[in-house]
Amino acid sequence: MVDKTTRQEYIKNLAEVQAKVIEMGIAAREAVESAMKAFIQQNKTMAARVMQEDDRIDDMTIDIEDRCILLIAKQQPIAHDLRVIATGFKISTDLERIGDHAFDIAKTAYDISQNAPMKKLEFFYTSQLGDCAIEMLNMAIEAYEKEDITLAEKVCVKDDEMDELFAKTFFELSSLVTNEVARAQQITELLFIARFLERIGDHATNIAEWVIYLETAERIRKTKK
Amino acid sequence: MEYKMQIKNLNLYYGKMQALYDVSMDVPTNSVVALIGPSGCGKSTFLKSLNRMNDLIDGVRIDGEIELDGANVYDANTDIVNLRKRLGMVFQRPNPFPMSIYDNVAYGCRVHGLNDKKKLDEIVERSLRGAAIWDEVKDRLNASAMGMSGGQQQRLCIARVMAVEPEVVLMDEPCSALDPISTMKIEELVSELKKDYTIVMVTHNMQQAARVSDYTAFFLNGKLIETDETNVIFTKPNNKKTEDYITGRFG
Repeated sequence: MVDKTTRQEYIKNLAEVQAKVIEMGIAAREAVESAMKAFIQQNKTMAARVMQEDDRIDDMTIDIEDRCILLIAKQQPIAHDLRVIATGFKISTDLERIGDHAFDIAKTAYDISQNAPMKKLEFFYTSQLGDCAIEMLNMAIEAYEKEDITLAEKVCVKDDEMDELFAKTFFELSSLVTNEVARAQQITELLFIARFLERIGDHATNIAEWVIYLETAERIRKTKK
Repeated sequence: MEYKMQIKNLNLYYGKMQALYDVSMDVPTNSVVALIGPSGCGKSTFLKSLNRMNDLIDGVRIDGEIELDGANVYDANTDIVNLRKRLGMVFQRPNPFPMSIYDNVAYGCRVHGLNDKKKLDEIVERSLRGAAIWDEVKDRLNASAMGMSGGQQQRLCIARVMAVEPEVVLMDEPCSALDPISTMKIEELVSELKKDYTIVMVTHNMQQAARVSDYTAFFLNGKLIETDETNVIFTKPNNKKTEDYITGRFG
């Protein structure tokens, strides 16, 4: 009979990796939220703060990677334990990229706010994309935390919605560029933000796929429409 | 950092053959130090010199110092019985005495003159609990220890060592005769024990050293090649020989 007390330290270390991934997920989500808020409110101070925070998210990746490397070197993880470590590496990389995109959005928001205020309509599609990206990220982190495959699968489905929304946004903003040539640069910046948000959705989808792998050892790769 | 033991320039000879060459090493208090290296590298010899078990072998000569709390254990006035009480030892094969579980644990205390039944009961229970075997044996303390499984016998031997309240526990490949689950139990126990004791463990199993120890010392041909934090030894050892050994390139 396996004593329930064996390998307590190792089990604790594995749980710490998972807790750190969740903590990093929350930090990345908050960065995206704040970046979008800074963009919508055209708030330079908030944008600058998001840009500064990115270093903290990068440090979190390194911390998670170091923990995973030590566990591999010292504990010979196998089965679900090994997948906790493998997905720890992969998810932290996705979260780090999400943090980078939050930085990019904040930087673009900062640059945009130097110019004339934007019209509300121009924010419309981009902020819809923002809401979608944040929701996907929320769902992916929750799916990881609760080891909920059904929720993870919903993230993958939601990515289709995200892609459609992005296509629509791209079309609307491109039309604006043709109509308002004088503001072409500003509107192009919006297109960039839309692209960053779409990429955040892709990373959230990756995380959801890693959650499925963590729980089932099945590799699923969503094919882009 | 506080050191329970400090070994300074230790050389050991079996007759004309030198088995240890100028070994210097610190053993931090309340830590687990693992000694690794291929067969015949001197790790067991080194372990046995810590509590002077090598004195029992004819023709052994030692120079250098082994300090326990700053006092050289090889000083002429060292009380060897007391030294071996302070540095308890667990061997490769479980070696329970052919007597009851209770008497095995109480043995050391009785030898040291304790006969108070109530006190002995307390010590036996505390030691068996400490060795994570109390729940398995509490209803058959008077049964012979020889009827226990190997893993249980080894934990009994650890309880027997703990009963005399040592400061350092020396373990000479304590899991080499055990199955994987018993091995994990002993490893878990070692992690618990370091809260109260300092542990020096010889192991042939590198993965075990990685799992349980805080510090690892790599021996080769009687020389201490490298010692460092286990986290360092198993991720970026300084010496090429250490790396070759832990990655299975030789040994």
